[in-house]
Amino acid sequence: MITIKDKVRAFIVDNFLFGDTSYELADTASLIENDIIDSTAVVELVAFIEDNFGIAMVDSDIVPANLDSVDRISSFIKAKAEALAA
Amino acid sequence: MCGFGGYFGSIRDAEALLARMIAAIAHRGPDEQGKFVAPDAGLGHARLSVIGIGDGQQPMSDVSGNLTIAFNGEIFNYLELREGLMAKGRRFRTSSDTEVILHLYDEMGEDCLPLLNGDFAFAIWDNRRRRMVLARDRMGVRPLFYTNKDGVLYFASEIKALLKVPGISAEIDPIALDQIFTLWAPIAPRTAFRNIYELEPASVMIATQEEVTVKRYWHLDYPHRDAPPKLTNEDDAAEELQALLSDAVRLRMRADVPVGSYLSGGLDSSLVSALAAGMTPLQLQTFSVTFDSTEHDESAFQTEMASALGARHRTIACQAGDIAGVFPEVIRFAERPIIRTAPAPLYQLSGLVRQAGLKVVLTGEGADEVFAGYDIFREARVRRFCGRQPASRMRPKLFRRLYPYLPGLQQQSVEYLSAFFGAGNAALDDPLFSHRPRFKTTAAAKIFFSGDLRATLKGYDAAEDLVSRLPQAFSLWHPLHQAQFLETSFLLPGYILSSQGDRMAMAHGIEGRFPFLDPRLVEFAGRLPPEMKLKGLVEKHILRKAAKHLLPSAIRERTKQPYRAPEARSFVGAGELDYVRDALSEASIAAGGLFNAKAVANLHEKCRTQPASGFRDNAAFVGILSTQLWQKNFTGQEVSAARAA
Repeated sequence: MITIKDKVRAFIVDNFLFGDTSYELADTASLIENDIIDSTAVVELVAFIEDNFGIAMVDSDIVPANLDSVDRISSFIKAKAEALAA
Repeated sequence: MCGFGGYFGSIRDAEALLARMIAAIAHRGPDEQGKFVAPDAGLGHARLSVIGIGDGQQPMSDVSGNLTIAFNGEIFNYLELREGLMAKGRRFRTSSDTEVILHLYDEMGEDCLPLLNGDFAFAIWDNRRRRMVLARDRMGVRPLFYTNKDGVLYFASEIKALLKVPGISAEIDPIALDQIFTLWAPIAPRTAFRNIYELEPASVMIATQEEVTVKRYWHLDYPHRDAPPKLTNEDDAAEELQALLSDAVRLRMRADVPVGSYLSGGLDSSLVSALAAGMTPLQLQTFSVTFDSTEHDESAFQTEMASALGARHRTIACQAGDIAGVFPEVIRFAERPIIRTAPAPLYQLSGLVRQAGLKVVLTGEGADEVFAGYDIFREARVRRFCGRQPASRMRPKLFRRLYPYLPGLQQQSVEYLSAFFGAGNAALDDPLFSHRPRFKTTAAAKIFFSGDLRATLKGYDAAEDLVSRLPQAFSLWHPLHQAQFLETSFLLPGYILSSQGDRMAMAHGIEGRFPFLDPRLVEFAGRLPPEMKLKGLVEKHILRKAAKHLLPSAIRERTKQPYRAPEARSFVGAGELDYVRDALSEASIAAGGLFNAKAVANLHEKCRTQPASGFRDNAAFVGILSTQLWQKNFTGQEVSAARAA
């Protein structure tokens, strides 16, 4: 079964690492500090989350605390999805 | 302005070799060609006649025949130097600045170099002392490259002339490539070509049969950060600045042909154009590039300024597809991979000047380095400000003020602003503090390097290499002066004056002149207190003050808009040119061996489908494409392998 984390990771590898699977991207690695995303890429990341998980992100959601690693993004999506379902 | 080539040592078929070398750079000097061959030394010259049109042929020998010079550039204070020499009894046979150098060298040897106010590179064959002397101007306006082969020193204004020497071939220097993909330019004397070097700015090389020595005759310097400023009154400083700039323009109007001016619409070129318009009895001719995209276009300001000057104004439109159309030629002339397309519109612009029948233009280049105009200076100041209170939620908002022309940044949260501009903020004593985010962001494009290239580089760190070359006094300077030094001594000659400057202008036989790089002005600006240059977040404060009565307020008071051109989107989409597809195909990338073919294919596709790419993706796209074109042009590697496959 494809998990949220798998989808997030695949998106990051395809879009920001251009399919380079040799890059060892830890789930907790900072996307900013490791130069994986820049300010333009944040917009791409937000569009990916909204388009693929049916989540509408407000400005206060778009912060590194929610989006700066595979783990953080996955947790953020899960929490949002649970809130929507509740 | 011209081009030259030559050698020192024993070779065969000297005349034929010089002819081939000069033919390779004939675009630099379409008016005349000349050769000089002596035992163990030879010089060839392609001339663009600007001063002493009838009697300035080169190579030029002195009366004794012992000194022979090949010279590229202009000595702007040649009339004053000539007068001094004549007062000492020296007689001149020509009206050229070339002969002035010969006499000065005859009197003083290489000690004459600090007297020259000019943009120059030259070679003097000193037959008496059996030595070849190569020299280059202080700021690195005019180029000079060299290499050694079988004990012979070869040199030329452009590398393509050196590639005419039997046994010398083009091979990419992987360290230089890493430097370009981090710092935007190779660190001199390294060039993109393995074993081919440039003579560094402000340097002289003396080659004898026994040894080759290189020494600097001038250093860019700043006062100790704690030293009391020598200039404290802004009004006095602005007045002195205006006088110096005015004289710098006056000297650079010296020519036996009309002198035009580039007009970007910004403060610097407007100021130069305004001063020039006041000094010429003719109607000043101005030249500008316009863009389709509003984010790059400054035509409203250009038109306003040209109208205020009563100039004859010509423009060339850089439209969708134009950059891609000229890019292979841009790389052929730049002779190196580049990570930005900005040289391409300047290539178009010099073509426009040529069509108008002019050979010489003034430009405003150099003011941003000398008077602290670039965003990077303001950014570093805000980063320091943020670094002192990392928890502040207000301070990072200043980053939005720095980049009003970047809509993506305006939308970022404080947390993201803080994170994106946070690189190195904690290390306030880092010598590269000002440039660390730029270098880090650019180096992110190295994700596309192939495994083989990474293995060759063995973890090489271009930024640390740059640090190792900084002068001892660097750490004693004010942080703004440290940042200015990095821009002025490294990026200015390494990219702005070369890839965007000399090489793009000379591709069409056009000589650019840079009043802001007059050595008197550069030294004056170095002595100014930092706050006179960057006052709060207002860049070039003292220059704006000096321009008060010369420019319309709309021009004088506008925030600097950095010169940029459309990047990856210039090359992709409908109408994509065959050479782009070929150069970036998996087969071509694999054949080149420098990049990861699959990743490049994905990047290409991403740029096609998501035109609003970020800095890293744009830099990577342009850098990879230009590297592929460089390989094809200089090594003959066929990038259209995809078609054959």
